[in-house]
Amino acid sequence: MVQQLSVFLQNKSGKIAAVVRALSESGVDIRALSIADTTDFGILRMLVSDISVAKAALAEQNCILSVNEVTVVAVPDEPGGLSRVLSLMAQAEVDIEYMYSLIERGVDVAYMVFRVSDEARLLEVLSKNALETVSPQKLGLK
Amino acid sequence: MERYYQPEIETAPREKIIALQNERLAATVRRVYENVPFYCNKMEQVGVTPDDIRTIDDLHKLPFSYKQDLRDTYPYGLFAVPLKDVVRLHASSGTTGKQIVVGYTRNDLDVWDECVARALTAAGCTDEDIVHVSYGYGLFTGGLGADGGAKRIGATTVPVSSGNTQRQVTILKDFGSTILCCTPSYALHIAEVLYASGYTKDDIKLKAGVFGAEPWTNEMRRKIEEMLGLTAYDIYGLTEIIGPGVAFECKEQTGMHVNEDHFIVEVIDPDTGEVLPEGTQGELVFTCITKEAFPILRYRTRDIGVITRGKCSCGRTLVKMTKPRGRTDDMLIIRGVNVFPSQIETVLLDKGYTANYQIVVDRANNFDSIEVQVEISNEIFSDTVRGLAERAKDLAAALKTILGVSAKVTLLEPNSIPRSEGKAVRVIDKRKLLD
Repeated sequence: MVQQLSVFLQNKSGKIAAVVRALSESGVDIRALSIADTTDFGILRMLVSDISVAKAALAEQNCILSVNEVTVVAVPDEPGGLSRVLSLMAQAEVDIEYMYSLIERGVDVAYMVFRVSDEARLLEVLSKNALETVSPQKLGLK
Repeated sequence: MERYYQPEIETAPREKIIALQNERLAATVRRVYENVPFYCNKMEQVGVTPDDIRTIDDLHKLPFSYKQDLRDTYPYGLFAVPLKDVVRLHASSGTTGKQIVVGYTRNDLDVWDECVARALTAAGCTDEDIVHVSYGYGLFTGGLGADGGAKRIGATTVPVSSGNTQRQVTILKDFGSTILCCTPSYALHIAEVLYASGYTKDDIKLKAGVFGAEPWTNEMRRKIEEMLGLTAYDIYGLTEIIGPGVAFECKEQTGMHVNEDHFIVEVIDPDTGEVLPEGTQGELVFTCITKEAFPILRYRTRDIGVITRGKCSCGRTLVKMTKPRGRTDDMLIIRGVNVFPSQIETVLLDKGYTANYQIVVDRANNFDSIEVQVEISNEIFSDTVRGLAERAKDLAAALKTILGVSAKVTLLEPNSIPRSEGKAVRVIDKRKLLD
């Protein structure tokens, strides 16, 4: 299980820049990032190198935050790799709330971040099919 | 044991108050008739002379006064004494029109201090308390009004006035203030700054707050009480009548006792002008019966409320008026439906949102739109779009149920809505700019 930090983005220009600047000024590395946007607001989701430092830095900027757990899966980095994982999830009726990828150099797997309807079931499916989840330590997160 | 500032008035039998009112009303009407040409003309127009007004049962014969009358006779046209007897002027800002000005004799200031002293005493204030006044000092009646009442009791007054909230927090903390007087929205802002500075209610000594000058809901009261660790009392007043202290709340927190020995309250049907029985909602109308410089008769406040004369557990016999639901001036008419900002505030706080909100009304293609912008907190935020959209939808549905019109909900981050140090700006009606 990996802790993810989400930030509420009010629809105004410069907001993402301000968030990223605050993190960089506190020496926090953003390991993965995705943005969900609607016409009225957005949600910035991130895996960061130090979540408590990041939270403190962003709280100072009056950001609205939430922390929740996501599952990071090591997907074989080859054609059909992701397709297989998603098919297995679909068969097991594990619905995806959202997903995004994490870039890692020098490995032969791709890391995918998942937020799903049923976490326990996802883990069951993965282990049955010899697929691995990735620990925060391995991703350099604390 | 309940404490009163003037038990002989506050707990007086009804007959005693009526006798006082009868005598004072008749004298005031005569004085006003003789000294203010405006009232003299107005009474002659309806064929009433001072001889017709002998008791409070004759009150309904008098014509109403309106804010427009103050504007038409600006600046001194309604004063009933020569200016040399006037020791103080106060003015009400002209945000909704031309400003108005009122005057006080030395005796009027005494009456005012007495009214506020009763309110502060009902909130538990004694000469051992430290009263922190964050109402603005100046032409606005809030600051000097609260100040006068606190001084009358013999409390230690801290005349901070409004503004520089960080400094307000430091003073609250360092001086050990026990009673706070300001607008409810500013109290909430002070609380926010207190917590943002790393302190909590445990770092201050406030036990009571006397808040007024703008409409606020009970939900807002609970929020302020929780954040500042005090009991919040409402105080009512208008510049046109005297300022804060026309009516005040006791520990029951179920309405405000009107200082009936100085002001007669009536509730009328705003459309017909007909006097309504106690317990019926209508527009509050006040008549000053002790004021010398500016004794306004049957003043239409535009505040909507109810008066009740039930027995109050605090022991006061003074009539109680409900927290005004809002001014008829504040009422928004959205696609033909009457909407009060206070209704929106109730829904927001009930649903766990902050009291930092603004209502934007606009009109496009002859269609009114209402948008409720509210700052969210971490508790409301969700990492999924669906979660957040559902919260917004749930709020919109609750607003629709209460208001009867649909409103667009916009969620904002903290500090997006400008904070007010006096009366909060709750409504931006862009239709007015278009007219």
